Amino acid sequence: MIETAVNSRNTLLRLEDMTKAFPGVVANDKVSLSIKSGEIHALLGENGAGKSTLVKMIYGVLKPDAGQLYWTEQPATVGNPAAARRLGIAMVFQHFSLFDSMSVLENVALGMEKGIDHVQLEQKIVEISNRYGLPLDPSRHVYTLSVGERQRIEIIRCLLQDPKLLIMDEPTSVLTPQEVSKLFATLHRLADEGVSILYISHKLDEIKALCESATILRGGKVVDSVSVVNETPSSLAAKMMGEELQLSEKASHTEVGDVRLELNGLTHIARDPFDISLKNICLKVYSGEIVGIAGVAGNGQDELLKAINGEDLCSPADSVKLDGKACADQGPNQRRALGMASIPEERLGHGAVPGMSLLDNSLLTAFQRLEFLEHGFIRYDRCQAFCKSVIDNFNVKSNGMGAQAASLSGGNLQKFIVGREINQKPTVLVVSQPTWGVDAGAAQTIHDGLRDLAANGAAILVISQDLDELMSISDRVAAICAGVLSESFPMEAISIEQIGLMMAGVDPSSELKDQVSGRLLNQLAGQSEESPGNPP
Amino acid sequence: MIVSLVKRPEQSQSMVYVSPLIALVFTLIAGIIMFMIMGVDPSEALYAFFVEPLTSSYGWAELGVKATPLILIGVALSIGFRAGVWNIGAEGQLTLGAICGGGIALWLYDVDSFFVLPLMIIFGVLGGMFWAAIPAFLKTRFNANEILTSLMLTYVATLLLSLLVHGPWRDPDGFNFPESRIFSDSATLPVIWSGTSLHLGWVFALAAVAGIWVLMSRTIIGFQIKVVGQAPDAGRHAGFSVNKMVWFVLLLGGGMAGLAGLFEVSGPIGQLLPSISPGYGFTAIIVAFVGRLHPIGVLFAGLLIALSYLGGESAQITMNMPLAVTGVFQGMLLFFLLACDVLIGYRIQWGSSAAASATGSGAVSNEVPNG
Repeated sequence: MIETAVNSRNTLLRLEDMTKAFPGVVANDKVSLSIKSGEIHALLGENGAGKSTLVKMIYGVLKPDAGQLYWTEQPATVGNPAAARRLGIAMVFQHFSLFDSMSVLENVALGMEKGIDHVQLEQKIVEISNRYGLPLDPSRHVYTLSVGERQRIEIIRCLLQDPKLLIMDEPTSVLTPQEVSKLFATLHRLADEGVSILYISHKLDEIKALCESATILRGGKVVDSVSVVNETPSSLAAKMMGEELQLSEKASHTEVGDVRLELNGLTHIARDPFDISLKNICLKVYSGEIVGIAGVAGNGQDELLKAINGEDLCSPADSVKLDGKACADQGPNQRRALGMASIPEERLGHGAVPGMSLLDNSLLTAFQRLEFLEHGFIRYDRCQAFCKSVIDNFNVKSNGMGAQAASLSGGNLQKFIVGREINQKPTVLVVSQPTWGVDAGAAQTIHDGLRDLAANGAAILVISQDLDELMSISDRVAAICAGVLSESFPMEAISIEQIGLMMAGVDPSSELKDQVSGRLLNQLAGQSEESPGNPP
Repeated sequence: MIVSLVKRPEQSQSMVYVSPLIALVFTLIAGIIMFMIMGVDPSEALYAFFVEPLTSSYGWAELGVKATPLILIGVALSIGFRAGVWNIGAEGQLTLGAICGGGIALWLYDVDSFFVLPLMIIFGVLGGMFWAAIPAFLKTRFNANEILTSLMLTYVATLLLSLLVHGPWRDPDGFNFPESRIFSDSATLPVIWSGTSLHLGWVFALAAVAGIWVLMSRTIIGFQIKVVGQAPDAGRHAGFSVNKMVWFVLLLGGGMAGLAGLFEVSGPIGQLLPSISPGYGFTAIIVAFVGRLHPIGVLFAGLLIALSYLGGESAQITMNMPLAVTGVFQGMLLFFLLACDVLIGYRIQWGSSAAASATGSGAVSNEVPNG
């Protein structure tokens, strides 16, 4: 029945042989796809497959080198985003463009092409937010809102234009599981009303749950157009990556040794109003163990990493202990000498210097532990051997040791940085977002490297927003919310919903023994998101 | 025909070195146009400017004398610029070096000892370092912008020198001219090429080039400076202290500028005057950039700019041209250089952009902009 319904619908958007080249690469090579009215269509592909380039051409941000776009079967040219909006195309970007110090209403008004009466606009916002289950108070200031609420502003902004096609670029990467299911309900309702949705993602289970059909890109080319009903997540993955993904089984090591990293009432007061203060954080990580820290972006993850690796100093000195030695008052190099290594979230500019060669970047953090210095002079011969071993062991694709870090793709640079730290054989490794924006192949290399390091007796702390990642590699998991770290629980004893509650700052320990009912869960999630004026 | 700039996938290393040469060609072309507007025969003027000074051994020696302060300061400033520390006040640090070193010469006027000159050199360096320490302190303690503080201190230094030579340090036998005594022989730099004025400072300049080259390319200090300048957060992650770097590069720049100032007053000038430099401290900024912030580049750039000073003098003498021509040439060179530096990150493309960028993507690599 669904099949016939789809066939009877009109085609809204059709792309024919869209091509776009950048210096050094063809990002889109004769890409064709078509979307029907009211269809939720997935655009699936690894990082670098050309998804963003394609939607930027649809939305008029980029100009295609060749190819034709048809809108309701009429040839159309989309010269700029304003032209796209006039056709009825709206887009929610991965990165929001909102002013923190302004209210929701003011932010929406700023995005309108013509001036509009604020009272009228406020009514419209409330009406739309009620109709589509997007609770939002127009008078709240943006800085007080969660990421999920901020995303709702962007969605409402789009819906105010009465779009026929809504493009969403990786919308769930910043959301908690509860927020994701709310978003999906909204998208289904929109589709029922005839709005087409182009949904960009590389998360297969989401696509399976949400989308009708999918166009799969690999290396800038369309590899397949499929009906999602007939596919399994693993068949989609195979098409996306071009080779059967060997599912990495979770390492079965459960032997844990001594405490290697101990956080004992770690407290750090933020100097900047936009930073998060860390409050009384206690955690022990044992030798041979990987502990995951879940959390929605901006809840103190950055600050925690810096307090542990020594970029920020804390007191008292014993609030951070490495192998029993108090070091909270010591800088990064002293902590490295004690066996610490860290991998920050931001690759370019924090983990690596963009304009420097891989050789220089391997010197950056390794010169001390691996003794690349002699009386302050650099022994480049030793450094070269190390750099080569990192490139070989972690399969970093580059033009050799002289390649600038910025010239590597995200995945390859991340493999290089992770390899640089792991090959120093640290006894404690703290890593933030190890596979953020990295394709599945690179993610697997990185996860394998982390597991091997733990198996050799290191203690590893993984800070990540990707719950699937945490579930697959950690032995224990805790969550951070507003600078407060929850208790940690063994991975076997906790469900994804419970982690979601912890990420929202709710203590799930009392419910851990008896199963949480769906009703209770929804109730709690609703409370934590404060939706005044909107009945659930 | 459309001309457009297309971003290069990686910065062009060859263009880093070709760009100053292109800039030089543009400067010469603009100079020819300027001379034609002034009603002067361009070939004659360019000859007087760039060739005539080098036709005598005197000219070559003068080239070394003029290049000495430019290279000493330029090579130190280039390190600061690489660290992202914008010391614009080298002229003031030079003046303080001259005051402190020259003060020793006046204080030990009657002492005839080998140790006078080394003592002057030490105090010249300390004077420059002291003057640079003020912006360093203000930046590390209060995050005050070093461009403003170092520049403003230049005017203070110039006025301080003026006060001293008009007042307490005025030559008692000098008919009330605002000049100090002429330094004694033991306080004067030895000449290293007899019959000319080329002095010991030139050796220091060459040593500075070699020393800083080693510092930047082979030591962890140089590496830290480059890292902190390009990516401060990566520097912090690696455990490098940004504040220590600020202190290091400012003290180094100040010390070298102070040394250059001392060499001026104990070499070519031989006494303290109200004005001891034709703006070497500022011109050294041009030298640093034309020299690509690299010690060897600074050596050549220092010689080139020194030639423009000599050429200005010679054009003034033989062709009655105004001294301002020198400044115009130096300014045009920096102007064209900054424009040509765009070519390091971009390449020029002639013709329609869409067609060419599709065919122009020869080497397909695994790098994709914007996933």
